[in-house]
Amino acid sequence: MFSDLDKAIIKEIQGDLPLVAQPYREIALRLGISEQTLLEKIKEFQEQGYIRRFGAALRHREMGLKANPMIIWQVPEARIEEVGNKLASFARVTHCYHRPMLPKLPYNVFSMIHAETKEECSKLAKEMAEIINIDNYDLLYSEKELKKTSMKYFMEG
Amino acid sequence: MDNIDKDLLGIIQKDFPVCSRPFQEIGEKLGITEDETVARLSKLKEQGIIRRLGAIMDSRKLGYKSTLCAMEVPPDTLSQVAEVVNGYIGVTHNYLRNHDYNLWFTLITPSQGHLEKTLRDIEKRTGQKVYNLPAIRLFKIKVNFHVPGVKGGEG
Repeated sequence: MFSDLDKAIIKEIQGDLPLVAQPYREIALRLGISEQTLLEKIKEFQEQGYIRRFGAALRHREMGLKANPMIIWQVPEARIEEVGNKLASFARVTHCYHRPMLPKLPYNVFSMIHAETKEECSKLAKEMAEIINIDNYDLLYSEKELKKTSMKYFMEG
Repeated sequence: MDNIDKDLLGIIQKDFPVCSRPFQEIGEKLGITEDETVARLSKLKEQGIIRRLGAIMDSRKLGYKSTLCAMEVPPDTLSQVAEVVNGYIGVTHNYLRNHDYNLWFTLITPSQGHLEKTLRDIEKRTGQKVYNLPAIRLFKIKVNFHVPGVKGGEG
C-alpha cells in the first residue's frame, strides 16, 4: 500500500519540523528528494486522509488548561447515535466515542473536554447534560499525566 | 504569552502551511516577519507549550488498531505498573484518573493480533487485569485545543 518512499516521508514528518526558513527543504534533503516532491506528497497524504492534521501538538496544561476530564455518559442503546453526534457538535469536546461498559463503570459514551478549572468543567458538563437530556454521567479528571507522546508509525522494520 | 503568541498557536494548530516558506506565510497573517515567527515558535517550544510541530497521522487509515484501556491498580504498585505500561512504544497517553479504575492509557499497534498480545503481555507482567475499551463508534477527534484568551480559535 505504501511505497518505501511514502514510509520514509511519514517517518520524517511524524517527527519535529525544523524551525528554519525552509523546513521542508531540509527534510527533503535528508530524504534525497526535491522540496517540491515532498510538498506534493504531504498534500497528497492530507487529501487522502493519511494525515489527519498538519501542525502543532500543544501541551494543554502549559497553556493553562489544567482541568482535563473524560466525561462519561450512560446512554440508552437506542439514543447512542443521536447523543454521540450532539456531543461531537460542542466546540469544547475534542474526542467523543461509543465504547463498551465496564462492571464498575456503567457508561457507554466517552467525551473529552479541556478547560482552565474544574468548576468550568462541571458547568459545561451540566449544560451538555441538559442539551442531550442524559442525567447519568460522571467526570473522570486526569490527576497526573504519566505519558504523552506522538505515535511513531512504520518503525517496526 | 502575548496576544500574538496566542494567535500564532491558533494558526499553527490548524492551518500550518505546506509551502516552501511556511513561517513567512504565517508571519504575514500576523503582521510580523519570518524571523520573528521562527523566534516566537522557538520560545514557545522551549517553554514546553509546543510539544511537536509536524504531521498527525490517522492511525486507522494507516491500518493500525487503537484502543483505550483501563486498569484498577493498587496505589502501592502504581509506579511499577505505570513503568511497565509506559515502556510500550504504542502507549501514547497514560493518565492517572480519580476512579477505582485509576490508570487509563491509549494503545496503538500495527494489527489487532499485536494489540491483543500487548494487552496479555501487560497483564502477565503486572499481574493486573487490563480492561479493553475499543471504540465501537467514533463521533469526533479534534486535537486542536481552545487557546485560553482567543475567541473563535476553535474549529
